[in-house]
Amino acid sequence: MDTAVTAKKKWWSGGHSPFNVSYGKLMMWYFLLSDAFTFGALLISYGTIRFMSTSWPDPNEVFRSFPGMGERHIPMGFVSLMTFILIMSSVTMVLAVHAGHQRRQKDVVKWLIWTIIGGIAFLSCQAWEWTHLWHEGAWWGQNPFLNADGTAASSNFTNFFFTITGFHGLHVTSGVVLNIVILSNVLKGTYENRGHYEMVEKVGLYWHFVDLVWVFVFTCFYLL
Amino acid sequence: MSNTHTDAGQDVHVADSSTKTIWRTFWILLGITVFEICIALAHMQFHWPKLPVNSLFIILTIVKAFFIVAEFMHLGHEIKNLIMTVLMPLLLFVWFIIAFLADGDSWKNMRKDLAPGTPKPVEKVQVIEHEGHHE
Repeated sequence: MDTAVTAKKKWWSGGHSPFNVSYGKLMMWYFLLSDAFTFGALLISYGTIRFMSTSWPDPNEVFRSFPGMGERHIPMGFVSLMTFILIMSSVTMVLAVHAGHQRRQKDVVKWLIWTIIGGIAFLSCQAWEWTHLWHEGAWWGQNPFLNADGTAASSNFTNFFFTITGFHGLHVTSGVVLNIVILSNVLKGTYENRGHYEMVEKVGLYWHFVDLVWVFVFTCFYLL
Repeated sequence: MSNTHTDAGQDVHVADSSTKTIWRTFWILLGITVFEICIALAHMQFHWPKLPVNSLFIILTIVKAFFIVAEFMHLGHEIKNLIMTVLMPLLLFVWFIIAFLADGDSWKNMRKDLAPGTPKPVEKVQVIEHEGHHE
């Protein structure tokens, strides 16, 4: 993997990876590509239905609550916190990958633990948000929120919201599980014996992808 | 870092510069997000026209996506072959988005224009004829 990259190198002449990455990392990229199409399909179908509707609930009205703040209106408040947590956990993941490059085992452990904490914090926030919306009467098939123009809304809004954020939350959950598996391997010294921490990088790619998807979910559901 | 032995000196230097890049990327992402939230809150207050505000949100989202993929996922530092094999298939999204959103829009127009009780556009032609008769 440490082959020097020269300008005139014949990448397709065989004998080495034409992508200059290991098989596992390339396959992680292709998996993420396919996952991008899955999320893309979900978000585009959401967009189609929204374009089809004459009116749609105002996100600032729906997502206005913050834990412990009762009935006070804090539009965007809670989702900003969730976004911050996820970006932060992405940073700690890069720092873990970075420490892995330099084979600083202790730092890899430290940053992976922070990443796991970030992931769990994000999931807890989402659990609170879902529970809160459920208490307000929102769920698959039922939508208590009015359209922005005051007319009654269909359940399209809640169906898409719960399906897409749920699918994203499922990805975060499996990301946390993968991080825990990786962390236990780091602690056991598996990667130290192997001589490299590439597995941390591969899981890192997945984790950043989850962050990437959230950037789009955030825009589509809370901003637009 | 001060007690690292000398032969690792260059590594430490490299480490510092890429740790800097990581944090710089973090501040860019955070800054864009805070800016987006400010715009959204200001939009609630002042009710700006929707199209420019939404276009701004989408552009900023793509900028954030670029930084996550290029820096955090390190794709910006890979060779061109890998960048292309990941990005080229994503061009399909250009067609997906245009085709499906246009479909949704035409669906909405049909539901509005062809709903029961909606006056038919033909009547407009009759109105013009009426005006002609009066002359």
